[in-house]
Amino acid sequence: MSSASAHIAVPRYSGASRVTQARAALSEWTKLHSLRSTRWSVGVATVLTIGLPLLFATIVASHWGHMAPRERADRHPLDIALAGVNLSQLPIAVLGVLVITGEYSTGMIRASFTAVPKRLPVLWAKLGVYALVTFALMVPSVILAFIGSQAILRHHHILEISFTHPGVTRAVLGGAVYLTLIAVMALAIGAMLRNTAGGIATFAAIFFVIPPLLNILPASWNNAISPYLPDSAGRSIFSLTHGLAPGPGFALFCGYAALAIAIAAVLLVRRDT
Amino acid sequence: MIEAHGLTKDYGDKRAVDDLSFTVQPGSVTGFLGPNGSGKSTTMRLILGLDAPTNGDVRVNGKHYRDHSGPLREVGALLEARSVHTGRSAYNHLLALAQTHGIPKRRVNELIDLVGLHEVARKRAGQFSLGMGQRLGIATALLGDPSTLLLDEPVNGLDPEGIHWIRNLLKSLAAEGRTVFVSSHLMSEMALTADHLIVIGRGRLIADTSVDEFVRRASGSLVRVRSPQATRLRELLLGPDVTVTSSEPQLLEVTGLTPEQIGDAAAAHGVVLHELTPLQASLEEAFMELTSGDVEYRAGEVAVAEAAA
Repeated sequence: MSSASAHIAVPRYSGASRVTQARAALSEWTKLHSLRSTRWSVGVATVLTIGLPLLFATIVASHWGHMAPRERADRHPLDIALAGVNLSQLPIAVLGVLVITGEYSTGMIRASFTAVPKRLPVLWAKLGVYALVTFALMVPSVILAFIGSQAILRHHHILEISFTHPGVTRAVLGGAVYLTLIAVMALAIGAMLRNTAGGIATFAAIFFVIPPLLNILPASWNNAISPYLPDSAGRSIFSLTHGLAPGPGFALFCGYAALAIAIAAVLLVRRDT
Repeated sequence: MIEAHGLTKDYGDKRAVDDLSFTVQPGSVTGFLGPNGSGKSTTMRLILGLDAPTNGDVRVNGKHYRDHSGPLREVGALLEARSVHTGRSAYNHLLALAQTHGIPKRRVNELIDLVGLHEVARKRAGQFSLGMGQRLGIATALLGDPSTLLLDEPVNGLDPEGIHWIRNLLKSLAAEGRTVFVSSHLMSEMALTADHLIVIGRGRLIADTSVDEFVRRASGSLVRVRSPQATRLRELLLGPDVTVTSSEPQLLEVTGLTPEQIGDAAAAHGVVLHELTPLQASLEEAFMELTSGDVEYRAGEVAVAEAAA
């Protein structure tokens, strides 16, 4: 032993010391808001959700005079108000995947599971925090999108609809609920695959690739299968024209999300890190 | 205190850790030594519950790691592989880990100051040098003021000042009665810091002994002999368990015989000796000798790494 060594005093600590679910959630909140990718994805999703309906309302209003009666009949104010949801689901899903795969690609997951070795609290915390953040941002976004697009349309005295009209509240808030469940499902897919590219590709396959492929099948098959796919079931929450009624569609979509979470949870506990 | 019993880990059909049993005692620095690829990092992951053992069992402070309700208060770990999100600042990284245990911001700031990262604490960790990354890892390990520390290759990438600091830190932590378990593939590093050694090769336990005992056991028999009649002496000495090498005309290096036996043999045959020196093997040589059959990649990796350090 070298005698020249000076003692280094590590400051002692004797305060709180247990992992709880609430503490895991606070930790995940810190992790989420401290990354640039979060601010970008969430910002883009908000801008799209609010901005696209305003843009579409402006375009429709300015072209209304040149549109044929049949074309006019095809326009629905809710389709315009919720146009952004279709696009903002992409940044929300990408961030959902990244929330967990970003930890695997950087090695952070080892630190996370060393701090919370039972692991499941980490998954619940990630799901809960990200779902809450998505919901908290998307509820005002869809409401603003509705109010804004209606203000533009009302100015031109076309496609007016009130928030109290049957089904409108459900559809508008349903847009936010749909995006929240998309967030949850993408995160679960990311947890299963542990790989960013694989997670995003799987999400895109389920929501963007498979549904149009079914059009190749005979119509009777397509009609029997399509309404029960995640994409279609989810859309029935906020759309007026889809296969399943909003209630059953919502229940089925929740079922898919629960299944994805269950698989992710089992794999998370069993696998080596 | 860390207790491993029959610890075994297979990845596919490759056995990374093979029936490893050892105990790491509090109050001293225990070096965990082995060539690259010998299973050190795997053993560390098994201790932390990041990987599940195929067989056997390892406990820290009497419990499986996963069963501790506040693991950061029990065990602090620095893993060899980076475990930091590159997009997050050092401060937020530490804060997020601290929050899992309800550890306050004050503690996070204390540790940032202790490891000397104050200036860069708000910078993204992806921009850190290897040395800064190691310092952040040390801060992470010390966050919960744990009684057991597990450090995988802690001096990697540190400048001489940083290495000196780590050595002092490890000794200080042990002097406070903590269990300090440090892996390295560098013998010279362990010679300076460790009191006790656990040596593995190809996942198997090779030695579990004090540093002094380790050198004594592995050195022993190398004797340097200088003689104008070296060729004749060589013929006299050669036997079943004796090897004689020669790098210059009048010089022999003999293993398998004591200096007394060589001197007696020379005298009996009237051979003149100019030098007869028992050589104490360095820790490095002792390590090489013990693990020579167990180095998985026999490209002199250890020697190369040592030369570079």
